[in-house]
Amino acid sequence: MGELLKVENLNVYYGSIHAIKDISFHVNEGEIVTMIGANGAGKTTTMHAISGLKKIRSGNIHYEDKLISKMDAYKIVSLGLAQCPEGRRVFSGLTVQENLELGAYARKDGREAIQDDFDMVFDLLPRLKERRNQMAGTLSGGEQQMLAIGRALMSKPKMLLLDEPSMGLSPLLVKEVFKTIVNVNKAGVTVLLVEQNAKMALNIADRGYVIETGNITMEGKASDLASDPKVRQAYLGGVKKKGLACLPLFMYDNPRLDEYRYRNRDSRRFT
Amino acid sequence: MQFLTYLVRGISLGSVYALIALGYTMVYGIAKMLNFAHGDVIMVGGYVVFFAFCKNGFNPWISVLIAMGACMLLGITIERVAYKPLRGTPSLAVLITAIGVSYFLQNGAMLLWKSDPKSFSSIVGINGLNLFGGKLQISAETIVTIITSIVIMIVLMWFVKKTKPGHAMQAVSEDRGAAQLMGINVNGIISLTFAIGSALAAIAGALLLSSYPTLMPTTGAMPGIKAFTAAVFGGIGSIPGAFLGGILLGIIENLSKAYISTQLSDAIVFLVLIVILLVRPTGLLGKKTTVKV
Ligand SMILES: Nc1ncnc2c1ncn2[C@@H]1O[C@H](COP(=O)(O)OP(=O)(O)O)[C@@H](O)[C@H]1O
Ligand SMILES: [Mg+2]
Repeated sequence: MGELLKVENLNVYYGSIHAIKDISFHVNEGEIVTMIGANGAGKTTTMHAISGLKKIRSGNIHYEDKLISKMDAYKIVSLGLAQCPEGRRVFSGLTVQENLELGAYARKDGREAIQDDFDMVFDLLPRLKERRNQMAGTLSGGEQQMLAIGRALMSKPKMLLLDEPSMGLSPLLVKEVFKTIVNVNKAGVTVLLVEQNAKMALNIADRGYVIETGNITMEGKASDLASDPKVRQAYLGGVKKKGLACLPLFMYDNPRLDEYRYRNRDSRRFT
Repeated sequence: MQFLTYLVRGISLGSVYALIALGYTMVYGIAKMLNFAHGDVIMVGGYVVFFAFCKNGFNPWISVLIAMGACMLLGITIERVAYKPLRGTPSLAVLITAIGVSYFLQNGAMLLWKSDPKSFSSIVGINGLNLFGGKLQISAETIVTIITSIVIMIVLMWFVKKTKPGHAMQAVSEDRGAAQLMGINVNGIISLTFAIGSALAAIAGALLLSSYPTLMPTTGAMPGIKAFTAAVFGGIGSIPGAFLGGILLGIIENLSKAYISTQLSDAIVFLVLIVILLVRPTGLLGKKTTVKV
């Protein structure tokens, strides 16, 4: 159970904006680690720094003892480090099947192994199988999230980075997604889960980090964080907030609401 | 019968536009930029075929293959040297650079090959058709051009829709970041796109000059602009759209030359384009670009 991912003194800028301020954290093999924080705290930036989509200013990122912080994003995938990005970003003009095939784009272990993983993904996410010939753009939000997870799994990752997989989903679907994440982890995939939905995330995680305006302000066992008064106050609805929880359930999966939710993410914290 | 003759000539010219437009549309669809130097790649391809085939008597197939290879290298080099450093900058900067590359190629050709027109001889070695007792003559160049453009369009559509690199191209076109997360080498895919577009330009050059045999450094400029128009007309980014736009543009141009006015034909072509774009801003077969949340 060594360290699979190790981030040391990471600094990331957007122009002159110092978005990530010298943070360090690590993920051990086999763990689910969550990084929780409010909108704009720097979670996505951290994810992109790890996957190579965002160039970093300074610091080191090691994956399996390899320095990956200077590697091209497309090469990092082949090392077994996959990312399921925020907002799903499925390829809407391609079918479900083709999206999954692209997930396996960089693999070189042969058709049969890839076919096995197709079966595994369809087992895990049976809804995708029914819709395999449908254009990804016509899927509902929940189905797109499942596809994004399935697509990341098709690269046969040792470690999976998930960026707010619960965003814009109904409570029922959120549960389903989190159940899937647990199953993926049980299948041997190490998980780094970024969430605003702190309650659910801390529930399934082994350890957690709290990120605020580019700094890691707290870290520890997930159960300890979940009972920490400060965390409860800020992230677990210690303060009652007006949210979308009052909307009728059928409205949750309406894609036109996604943007609205995206902009009001802070008010979507679970209560 | 006169009408049919004009129509067939229009389709023939339109097929050349279609071939060039396919290159424009591929590059636009995947690299999201207008490569205004595309027409001048045609000219370079034309010169390569001219020297290989007309001057040195190479087999026409071999000559076109050499030209395709040369243009692929040229296209990839242009992208690497001129466009890649500008990725992520405002598209206006890229556009101006493309115009610069276009002039660079024209002036380079002038230096290398002088500006006097060269007389191209047709690469098509078969006979034309005589229909209706000689009333309708279809030249061999016309037949070859039309068939070539249809075959290439079908192959391109198959390639993009059915093959792994084709799917990677679609992924890059939709979302470069997500494509990288799949392990797709975005730079490689963009190079591939430029290579394909430039190879098509070489074929288009050889066929264009077989029908219209005057070769000069500026030979590619006008067909390039027309083909760009055709691509927009059909819906830029769409492969069948580029084909349809090219054919229609050729027909409109030839018919208005025949029946309205030789001088005004280009103006009429652009008038039709403007009307179409007013009615359908995305072009005939263009998709609405979906705005992502
Ligand atoms: N493309 C960008 N350009 C400039 N600033 C950005 C960009 N993306 C994010 N930021 C800024 O970086 C900070 C962290 O953003 P982000 O990583 O998206 O946060 P989170 O994922 O936690 O919501 C925010 O202050 C945000 O405004
Ligand atoms: Mg984010």
